[in-house]
Amino acid sequence: MADATLQHGSVQHDSVQHGVSGEFEAPLFGAYSKKVGMWLFLASDSLTFGALLVAFSYNRIYTAWPTPFGKDSIINATIMTACLLSSSLTMVLGVFAAQRGDRSWTRTWLLATMFFGTAFIVLHGMEWTKLIREGLTLPGFPKIAGAEGEFAKVSASTPQFPATFFGLTAMHMLHVTIGVIYLGVVALRKWFLPILGVIYVAGYFLIPSNNIFHYGIHALLICLIVASIILFLKPKDYDAHDVEVAGLYWHFVDLVWMFIFPLVYLMSTRV
Amino acid sequence: MTHDAATHDDSKGQYFWVWGALLVLTAIEVVLAYRQVFQPVRMLEVLLLLSVIKSALIIGYFMHLKFETALMRWLLVISVTGCFIIMYFFFFPDAGRVLRLGVQ
Repeated sequence: MADATLQHGSVQHDSVQHGVSGEFEAPLFGAYSKKVGMWLFLASDSLTFGALLVAFSYNRIYTAWPTPFGKDSIINATIMTACLLSSSLTMVLGVFAAQRGDRSWTRTWLLATMFFGTAFIVLHGMEWTKLIREGLTLPGFPKIAGAEGEFAKVSASTPQFPATFFGLTAMHMLHVTIGVIYLGVVALRKWFLPILGVIYVAGYFLIPSNNIFHYGIHALLICLIVASIILFLKPKDYDAHDVEVAGLYWHFVDLVWMFIFPLVYLMSTRV
Repeated sequence: MTHDAATHDDSKGQYFWVWGALLVLTAIEVVLAYRQVFQPVRMLEVLLLLSVIKSALIIGYFMHLKFETALMRWLLVISVTGCFIIMYFFFFPDAGRVLRLGVQ
């Protein structure tokens, strides 16, 4: 991509030399503006996650930190990690297909990426549900009736643990959800809106009201409104640059998990 | 763009290697943590080192930063790293104080 953008820069330079100045401005970073914009967003977002991870580490340093994650949780989190890593590979293949101009394979690889991302969200949701059922609750939230296991004790003795665990992983899960929807919009454009609407309505009615995701599913409604506004106000056929920029966001989500997984899960492993 | 796509197609295999390396590093992390090979502080250092290697692979190859201009590479890396260092100086001296003196 750098080659292509540098070529663009040299073309612009030639045009200035030939007196057709003012039409384009030379790219400062040798990249098109959408890509630079996404990189700047990711740099700022990395500070958001950096602050959360630092806060987590700060709490962990001065607290007798519990190690409640058993074999099941670690296996589950490892499969989630493999899903995200595999989704990054399919995303790269999607970018290649887009650069070749192969629309069919671009869509296929983007859908494969969305599949892995959705698998991550579902596995994470199941993990959350299991932990909450076993008594892991945020400080101030009502205790789960009948839950007297290790996680209930952890919530009572070390409220920093559920607070940082849910805070970090919820922020990351929200990013993954937005990423899947972003890819859906790029891959399917307006066709994705009814699909998202159906998933939202189905999720709202099928997830029991005592499950946290009965309320969390409203994030899909907000994304549906935002995606609709974008798609109807500025309908366009997304090109290879758009796919690459979407890929940058997706890889960033993967990147953040590479720190959350060892810090939150592996450092709290119960043997 | 055509030249660009051809360049990437020629080297597509390297992305499969990177993906394999990331999976292997993840497996190493899990084995180290589950078998409690090191003491907690040393374990934290090792896991963070492996995470930094994994993130470098993701940023460099999957996010293509390796193939961007030197100006963009250095500006992004230095600015984000600088912000993290500032965060470190804000938080951890106080965490060390709490560790030595207790919560007061």
